[in-house]
Amino acid sequence: MAMFIRVDFDASLQGDADLKRRLVEVCPVDIFALDGDTLTTVDANLDECTLCDLCIDAAGERVRVVKLYE
Amino acid sequence: MAILIDEQSRFIIQGITGREAVTMTRELLNYGSQVVGGVTPGRKGRDVHGVPVEDTVRAFTEHMHVHGAIVAVPPAFTADAVLEAIEAGIKLIVIVTERVPRRQVAQFVEYAQQEGARIIGPNCLGIISPGKAKMGGIGGAADATHRAFTPGHIGVMSRSGGMTVEIANALTEAGLGQSTAVSIGGDAIIGSTYAELMPLFDADPDTHGIAIYSEPGGPMEAQLADYMRESGSRLPVVAFMAGRFMDAMPGVRFGHAGTIVEGRADTTAEKIARMEAAGIAVADRIEQIPVLLKQRLQA
Amino acid sequence: MRLYEYEAKQMLAKHGVALPKRTLARTAEEAEVGARELGGATVLKSQVLSGGRMKAGGVLFADTPDEARAAAARILALAINGQQPAGVLVEERRDIAQEYYVAVTWDARAKRPVIVFSDMGGIDIEEVAQTHPAHVSRTHFSNLRPLSDYVAKLAVARTGVTGNDLAPLTRIVLNLARIFVQYDLTLAEINPLAKLADGSFIALDSHMDMEEEARGGQRALLGELGIADADTRQARPPTPFEVEGARVDAADTRGVAGRVVEFDGNMGLVIGAGGGSLTLFDAVRSAGGRPANYCEIGGNPSVAKAAALTKLVLSKPGVERIAVMMNVVSNTRADIMARGVIKGCIDAGRDPARTIAIFRIPGSWEKEGAKILARYGVEYVNRSVSMHEAAQRAVAKMG
Repeated sequence: MAMFIRVDFDASLQGDADLKRRLVEVCPVDIFALDGDTLTTVDANLDECTLCDLCIDAAGERVRVVKLYE
Repeated sequence: MAILIDEQSRFIIQGITGREAVTMTRELLNYGSQVVGGVTPGRKGRDVHGVPVEDTVRAFTEHMHVHGAIVAVPPAFTADAVLEAIEAGIKLIVIVTERVPRRQVAQFVEYAQQEGARIIGPNCLGIISPGKAKMGGIGGAADATHRAFTPGHIGVMSRSGGMTVEIANALTEAGLGQSTAVSIGGDAIIGSTYAELMPLFDADPDTHGIAIYSEPGGPMEAQLADYMRESGSRLPVVAFMAGRFMDAMPGVRFGHAGTIVEGRADTTAEKIARMEAAGIAVADRIEQIPVLLKQRLQA
Repeated sequence: MRLYEYEAKQMLAKHGVALPKRTLARTAEEAEVGARELGGATVLKSQVLSGGRMKAGGVLFADTPDEARAAAARILALAINGQQPAGVLVEERRDIAQEYYVAVTWDARAKRPVIVFSDMGGIDIEEVAQTHPAHVSRTHFSNLRPLSDYVAKLAVARTGVTGNDLAPLTRIVLNLARIFVQYDLTLAEINPLAKLADGSFIALDSHMDMEEEARGGQRALLGELGIADADTRQARPPTPFEVEGARVDAADTRGVAGRVVEFDGNMGLVIGAGGGSLTLFDAVRSAGGRPANYCEIGGNPSVAKAAALTKLVLSKPGVERIAVMMNVVSNTRADIMARGVIKGCIDAGRDPARTIAIFRIPGSWEKEGAKILARYGVEYVNRSVSMHEAAQRAVAKMG
């Protein structure tokens, strides 16, 4: 269970195959994964988030990194 | 003034496309360093944060004067990268790579001596002349670097990269800025020791005193003590000695040969005695460094 | 990495240096058989990675195979500096006319290898270097030029050796220097190097250390000597806690959690990195604290690695609290470390607020780190609190 970071994304992302692939690529700590065609987040990697914002650069406000300690 | 680097220094990064080197490049540019190029074989034509990448060092040195090179390639390729830089005529080489085999280090250091090039490292964070330029990962991000390092008149040298920053920060907190800080590297054989950098600080009118981090093992502190006695250096030197607990560790005994080469053991107690005998003040705590320096600067 | 005497002698034999006839025994019975095969008087030597064997009773003499068996039994039962012997080296005893000393090692000041030679070898060589400096020579050689005979000759001749002894000693010194270079050693020593009654020279004892970083490049030799990758050759065998520390480090390539060493105190340390660890360990001790461990965490570790190290330190019986301290950090992140140590506490079933005595990691991402620590009620101090003050505060919180 992640204690520090949660990553939310809009359901609409599931329709954008290119963006899904890009999110998997850009995250340096592998938070995003594709389960078949479905974009998911990897629970074990969430707390490794470095707050680098590369996912937000890629998807804008459709991805939100939530700091659970705030 | 400062030593080794300033705002005019143009340098390249060998291994610029590596993960840590990409971050370093951005931090260096943000700090104001002139990073004019990078080398990664097979990546010619790319750029890293706007810095052009070439396959060879000569691709840069053939059409411009390059003052220095940062070597940030894996250990197995380090010796080759250093030899390439020296052969291309570069006179200042900062090696950040860790775990380079000692024989290879000794070989390229000897070659550098023959060619009149200076090596800093390996296994170091690099050099910073605060407010002017830095060369290497020292201080991290630009804002963090500005917080720990401020322009001033104290030269800093340290065998530990992290403690270079800690000492500079303690000086900054006490109102003492730095002329240049050099993380000289933690390995047994390095390109430039304290005593080998001292003449540069002695020749820099903007440097008024020296702060040093030292630890057990090796002859570097004894060599510095010899320099202070023999050179008539004008600079007050304050050293912090870490790792005193190791003197009491069972099973840590240096072989006959090491002791015979140096004439005495290389424990912290021996080193402290030698440095104090040469007029170097030895601090028990980091926060004593600025206090002792201020006393000596006023004297 | 230190080699056993019997391994060092294997290398000398391979490179043409004369040695006493010898056999390695793992049991007292094997020693008896070995002594019988050698015939005559023998010397039995404990195979440990430690000096001072003679004084500790690890070297015994025997005139008959029965005596050899009894001596081997005693040696095999004797731990020296906490080490059980890996075996007993049984050697023929020779009549010695004179003892010499030769070593090749690095001179970090000259940044070159140096040959140390003396015509007054034996266990008092360090004293000889002080009292009879003219009998100890130091001769450097280049890292770049091929190693030539004259360098070894110079080392020997400088102590006054001449005549018929010069050539054979030069050859041995040259061979030792070549072994030093070829196998990435940090020390190659023969002491004593003995001149026998018949005028020939043999290596009676030898000590060799190989550079840790060179192990990968020296696989062929290590295979020949039968040294496995897992054989770390520490001065004392690592404790289960230390083995687990090495596993935590190896399990994740992000960052370093190196040199985990166990002590018997009540205060766990999560400290880094190299110089910072040395400074902080001193600071805890000078404040009267009793450290439970030493470690060096740094190099921008992952949350998982910092958590695993924290959990390991807390698993040690008697650890009441931990202190998390570093020098001002450049690439390691205060927030990642904060996440890691809090997670480690919770994974170990402990309350972070009561378990973490202090958190002092100033530098990159410190504001974010402070927010995380505040959320869990952990005391955070910034760079205005020195490393020594932080250690003092942590020690003051211990029971």
